Amino acid sequence: MPKMLKDGHKVITIIDYGAGNLRSVVNAVTKLGFQPKITNNPDDVSSARALILPGVGAAADAMASLKKLGLVSPIRRFIAEDRPFFGICLGLQILFSGTEEGGWHECLDIIPGRVRKLPAGLKIPHMGWNQVRQKISHPLFDGVPNEANFYFVHSYYAEPDDKSLVVGETEYGVSICSVIARGNLVGTQFHPERSGEIGLKIYDNFMKFALTARLSSL
Amino acid sequence: MLTKRIIPCLDVKGGRVVKGVKFRDHRDAGDPVELAAFYNEQGADELVFYDITASSDERGIMQAVVERTANQVFIPLTVGGGLRSVEDIRRMLEAGADKVSINTAAVLDPSFITRAAERFGSQCIVLGMDAKCIPGVYPPRWEVFTHTGADGGRAAGLDAVAWALQAVELGVGEIVVNSIDADGTQAGYDLELLRAISGAVTVPVVASGGAGTPEDLYQALVSGKADAVLAASIFHYGTYSISETKEYLVKQGIPIRI
Repeated sequence: MPKMLKDGHKVITIIDYGAGNLRSVVNAVTKLGFQPKITNNPDDVSSARALILPGVGAAADAMASLKKLGLVSPIRRFIAEDRPFFGICLGLQILFSGTEEGGWHECLDIIPGRVRKLPAGLKIPHMGWNQVRQKISHPLFDGVPNEANFYFVHSYYAEPDDKSLVVGETEYGVSICSVIARGNLVGTQFHPERSGEIGLKIYDNFMKFALTARLSSL
Repeated sequence: MLTKRIIPCLDVKGGRVVKGVKFRDHRDAGDPVELAAFYNEQGADELVFYDITASSDERGIMQAVVERTANQVFIPLTVGGGLRSVEDIRRMLEAGADKVSINTAAVLDPSFITRAAERFGSQCIVLGMDAKCIPGVYPPRWEVFTHTGADGGRAAGLDAVAWALQAVELGVGEIVVNSIDADGTQAGYDLELLRAISGAVTVPVVASGGAGTPEDLYQALVSGKADAVLAASIFHYGTYSISETKEYLVKQGIPIRI
């Protein structure tokens, strides 16, 4: 049963493991009237109603930080229980089995698939505003026009083994999985917190379905 | 398709936006946070704050400006000017900047680029390069200048193209190419310089210095092969709005976010 939103129920837990975009994500959540709880405590992660994993930078460093903070198991369990989770950019990539970035590094292995280097020939990083083609209708896209522009900055891209998890796609030399969804887990390769009003809409959509009716009960 | 970016640059001194002509005669053009919000509404794709004095006592003022801006404006923000250490960079990123632009400190100690890129990722380390054409040389060559925040700047004894290549090797994720000859003239970007840099490196190149009309931006993107264009005067003094500039570029067939 969807619950009425009370102030205490507007808390979104944001994992602080040294990611560069933490501040922008916190600002976006605050701007939308939700209450960010910034933490690197495993217990806080386990007890969260909804989690955001920000991220920008190197995958191996991010994994090392999560391990050191004891956050790997709590995150795996949280997602295994199909609780609302949002991974952003590197926070999406490290959910995969592993990454080619800097050799081969194993990641959280929550989504089977690999993270690969963008093909040579185009400018790398893929930096700037690019269109997201919506492959299915999804609550994350509520009020977001198809082919809307979002801000990207990345040199690697995630490729899930199960293509049906790709709900948004973007062209940059190859078709990039720019939005992924599996139950109450969602992730974007782009940075909604840097994508103006339309980006804030993505956060708003996530927090609404995360804090009221979860996807699986819709 | 990846769109070309239009980036207003706000030169900030003592917490206020100014824009000089050829790095001299600074005039006041307003409050940085208000201007940032205004440009965001007009459709700016990114913003650059350039701290043109960047003395240590003013660093705190800039941090506060970045913080106030990042609370209100949800597009990428780059901060440059006087950043000399990994700690300087950390403070700006923590205040809410997405990228930092480094120039003089990187020329004086190129390993600074690598340290910064390893710590924060290449995607947020931008090389700000000030270059000036060497007179009487053919084919044309450009020399890198540092300390351009002060009057005129100093020649670094580096070839612009060679330095751009080295900086990418060391870890920068983007290069802003600023022509000292063209800066503030509003007579168009240095297209030859842009072509030379953009053709040499694999990272995105941002054109800077010389924009006077939307046509100049078009030339930088097409003839100069730039991935983005940075401009100050034409936007600050209302000669052209960002939205009308973007409409013009769309009509010319440039992929632009509207």
